[in-house]
Amino acid sequence: MEDINVSKELKNDKSLFFNALKKGNLITKLSFIIMGLGCILRGQIVKGLIFLALQVSFIVYILNSGWYYLSNLPTLGKEVQRQVWNEELQIYEYKPGDNSMLILLFGVVTIFAIGAIILMYVKSVKESYNCELIRKAGNRPPTFKDDVKNLFDKNFHKTLLTLPAIGIILTVIMPLIFMILMAFTNFDKTHQPPGKLFTWVGFENFKNLFFSNSKMSGTFVKILIWTFVWAVFATFSNYLLGMILALLINKKGIKFKGFWRTIFVLTIAVPQFVTLLLMSRMFQDVGPINILLQKLGLTSQAIKFITDGTNAKIFVIIVNMWVGIPYTMLITSGILMNIPEDLYESAKIDGAGPVTAFMKITLPYMLFVTTPYLITQFVGNINNFNVIYLLTGGGPNSLNYFQAGETDLLVTWLYKLTVNEQNYSLASTIAIIIFVISATLSLIAYNRSASVQKEDTFQ
Amino acid sequence: MIDKNKSNKNIKTGYGMRTKIANAIIYVILTVLALIWIFPLVWLILQSFRAEKGAYTTYILPKNYTFNNYIKLFTETDLFNYPRWFMNTLVVAIFTCILSTLMILGTSYTFSRLRFKSRKPMMNVALILGMFPGFMSMTAVYHILKSLQLDQSLIALVIVYSGGSALGFMISKGFFDTIPKALDEAATIDGATKSQIFWKITLPLSKPIITYTVLTSFLAPWVDFIFVSVIMKDNYQNYTIALGLYQMLTRENVNAYFTQFCAGAVLVAIPITILFIYMQKYYVEGITGGSVKG
Repeated sequence: MEDINVSKELKNDKSLFFNALKKGNLITKLSFIIMGLGCILRGQIVKGLIFLALQVSFIVYILNSGWYYLSNLPTLGKEVQRQVWNEELQIYEYKPGDNSMLILLFGVVTIFAIGAIILMYVKSVKESYNCELIRKAGNRPPTFKDDVKNLFDKNFHKTLLTLPAIGIILTVIMPLIFMILMAFTNFDKTHQPPGKLFTWVGFENFKNLFFSNSKMSGTFVKILIWTFVWAVFATFSNYLLGMILALLINKKGIKFKGFWRTIFVLTIAVPQFVTLLLMSRMFQDVGPINILLQKLGLTSQAIKFITDGTNAKIFVIIVNMWVGIPYTMLITSGILMNIPEDLYESAKIDGAGPVTAFMKITLPYMLFVTTPYLITQFVGNINNFNVIYLLTGGGPNSLNYFQAGETDLLVTWLYKLTVNEQNYSLASTIAIIIFVISATLSLIAYNRSASVQKEDTFQ
Repeated sequence: MIDKNKSNKNIKTGYGMRTKIANAIIYVILTVLALIWIFPLVWLILQSFRAEKGAYTTYILPKNYTFNNYIKLFTETDLFNYPRWFMNTLVVAIFTCILSTLMILGTSYTFSRLRFKSRKPMMNVALILGMFPGFMSMTAVYHILKSLQLDQSLIALVIVYSGGSALGFMISKGFFDTIPKALDEAATIDGATKSQIFWKITLPLSKPIITYTVLTSFLAPWVDFIFVSVIMKDNYQNYTIALGLYQMLTRENVNAYFTQFCAGAVLVAIPITILFIYMQKYYVEGITGGSVKG
C-alpha cells in the first residue's frame, strides 16, 4: 500500500518540475537560472535567500578549487613536486606539485557537492512554481516562520535526520567510496604524496592479488582459507558449547543460577583488550603458564603456544572460546527457556537421553530461531580483529607470507598493510573483498530475520 | 498448570537418584569451568598488587603485596601518562555519548513513528551500510580527517565514534515500535506537535532504551583499540586508555611495567564491569529482540 502511494507522490513531484518549465510564468522561469528568485519575489524571502546563498557558494567553490580537483580526477595530477633554483636567495626551493591523495579525496567531495546542488536546484524550482500556484489560487505562501514550525511537526523527520545524515555521509559513505576508488590506484609506499604522484591502474591490484603476483596471491589464498576455517570454528564452538553451558545452568534442580551466570558474565564485562593482552602474555614461551607447567614437571620444554604456526591457530580458537562461550550463554539463556517444556517431557517418556534430546529438540529449535544471530556472529568472526591482533598480532611471521603472519585474518592483514606498510591500494582491494563477503552473508541474515519481515504486523 | 506439576512429580519419583547424580556431576563441571574462567581475572588482580619486579614470576601468588603499582600510575607520568589518558577517554566518551545518543534515538524514533515518502529506501540503505564494520574504511577516514587537519586530535575520535552511530538504530527502533501508537494519536488530537510528542511522551516512556543507548555509546571509546591507533599514530598525549595500556606491554616495556599495566587495567575494568552487569538485561534484549519474538 505504502509503496504505491510513494511512487504516485514521486510522479507528481517530478511533473511539478517539468510543469514549471512548461507552464510557469516569467519569474518561475527565471528561477531556473537564479535559484530562489521565485521565492524571494513572492514573499518567502529567507527561504529564497538560502537557496541563493547555496548557489553562490557552490559557484565560488567550483571556481576556487572544485574545478581543479574535478579536472585532475582522470589523471590524479601531473605536476610532481620538484626542486627549483631560486636565483634571488641562491637556494633550492621545493615547488609543490599536485597531491594525488587530495585530488582523489576532494574530487569525491566535489562530485557529492554537485549531486547536492542538483537536488537543491530541483527543489528551488519546485518551490517557486509552488508559490506561483498558491498565489494564483489567491492564497498566501507559507512564511519562513511556518516552515520552521513545520520542522517540529509535519517535517520533524527532517530535523531529526539531519545530523545523523551528515555524520553518516562524512564518516561512512564518503570513506567507503574513497576506499573503493583507492583499490584502482597504485597508492603504496613508493607512490606517497606529496612527494610523488599515484595514478589509476585499473584492475591491476585485483589481478596481482588473484594470480599475477604469486607470493601475494599465495598469501591471499592461505589467509582467505584460514579466515574461513577460523570463522567456522570460532562461531560453532562458541555457539554449541555456550548453549550447553546455558542448559547446564538452566537445568532444573541446579541452585545459585544467578551466581553461576554472574561469574561467566564477569569475563565478558571486563574489556577485551585487557583479558586478551593478559592471555597473550600468560602463554608466551617464557610466560607464567609455561613456567608453571615446567615446574610441575608436565613438560620439559616450553610449549610454543604462540610462536608455532599450527599451535598458534589452535591457541587462538581455544582462547576465543574463553571469550565467546559466556557471551553465547548470556544471549541464549532466555531463548532456551522459551522451548516448550512438553517437548522434553514427551521425549523423556519415549526414552530419549539428554544427548538425543539436545540433538533432536534443542539444536533444531535454536538453529531455527537464531540463524540471523549465527550469521551475524560468523561475519563478526571473519572480521574479528581484536582476538587475533591482541593475542598473536597475526604472528608467527613467515617468509612465505607477503607482509603477514600465519594467524592473520584478512582484516588484520589489511591493518598491517595500512599501518606498517602504507600499501593503501592493496589494503583497499582486500577491504572490498571483505566487504563483498560480509555484505552477502549479512544480507542473507537480514532477509531471514523475522523482525524485519513482520515489521508492520508488529505495530 | 496442574498437569505440568503432576508430570514433574512423576519424573522426580521415577528418576530421583539419577537426577541427583546428574546434578552432582553438573556442579562439578560448573565449578571447574568457573575456576578456568575466573582464573585470569584473579591473576590480573593479584599481579596488580605484586611488589616484586619483572614481567612474570615463577609462582602464582605474589610473595609481597603493595599499592605502589596503583600509586605509580598517577605519580610517574613522564613516559606513561595514565591520568591524562584516563581524562582523554572520559572526555571523548562523554561527547561521543551525547552525540551518539541524540543521533541514535532521533533516527530510530523517525523510522519507527514518522511516516514520510523516502522512509523505506532510507532504512534499507542504513541497514546495508550498518552491516559491515566501520574500521574497514579507516584509512579513508584517516585521510579525510587529515585533510581537515583534525588527525591526532580528540575531536577526530569523537567524530569517528559518533559519526556512523545512527546506523545502529535497529535496537531502539524495536523498542519504540512497542510503545502504543494510541498515545501519539491522543496527543495529536489534543494539539501536540510531533516534536512535543517525541520529547514529552515517547522519551519519558523509554528510560530502559535510553539507558542502554547512553551506556553502550559511553563504553565504546573505553574498549576501542583500532581507531585510536590509526588516528593518533605517535601522539602519546592524546592516547586513550586502551592504546596507552597496550604500549606498556611492548617488548621494551613489559619487564618494567607489567604490574602497572595490571593495576591500570583493573582500574578501567571495575567501572566498565559494573556498567555492563547493570545493563546486561537490556543488552540481551537488544540482541535477541528480533529472534525471540519471531
